[in-house]
Amino acid sequence: MISAVPHAITRDPLAVEPLLAALEAELRASGEGCGALVSFAGVVRATHQGRRVRHLEYEAFDALALRVFDRIGTEARDAWPSARLVIHHRTGRLAIGEASVVIVAAAAHRADAFRVCRYAIERVKQVAPIWKHEFFEDGEAWVEGAVADPDDEAARRTALETACA
Amino acid sequence: MRVTVTLFARLRELAGRESLAVDVPEGATVADVWTAVGAACPGVAPFGASVSSAVNAEFARRHTVVREGDDVAFLPPVSGGAQT
Repeated sequence: MISAVPHAITRDPLAVEPLLAALEAELRASGEGCGALVSFAGVVRATHQGRRVRHLEYEAFDALALRVFDRIGTEARDAWPSARLVIHHRTGRLAIGEASVVIVAAAAHRADAFRVCRYAIERVKQVAPIWKHEFFEDGEAWVEGAVADPDDEAARRTALETACA
Repeated sequence: MRVTVTLFARLRELAGRESLAVDVPEGATVADVWTAVGAACPGVAPFGASVSSAVNAEFARRHTVVREGDDVAFLPPVSGGAQT
């Protein structure tokens, strides 16, 4: 029996394949397997709203972010009982083309696995204490949207509806 | 009593520092700590309502009561619903 693949906040480069392999191995070792595995990678774009991006910096409140990732996993299991999620987020300076976040989701059936993965990235954006600082050729800006509140039920429903659209 | 405050992202930049210690009376809430931070770092005060908070790395509310030695964090809005 191997231990459960943990969530992570890391300054090291992220890749999808090792995380997929780790979750697949965990599920196989548990004797449960799974019907479907889905992965997502968020990758740094070269432009944002018409502005040329030079690089990004991500900053996180690591201890709280890891708790939020756990909570997102619990929320996903409440909605899709067979769900298993692993979320890794990068911090520090990222170049164009590098992954800032990698999510792997498992569920008994493919439709749910896609939903779990989509739900997870929506919730990460809504509530994880992680901030993106964009550096353009002509300036810089923090990306700020929602006040992070995991108890905001309206936001959670929005994520659920997006996942099931 | 004294609590430690950590500021993240734009709040940290506006304050010009990542952490500070503030003195608040017994029974003080997160809102009282924020007021003290605003007095020490006037640049952050306009943020007010859009800031969320944590005490000892758990999400907190403005009415959450703090205790001596607590670590109080203030968090600017995250990327949220932005189509990023």
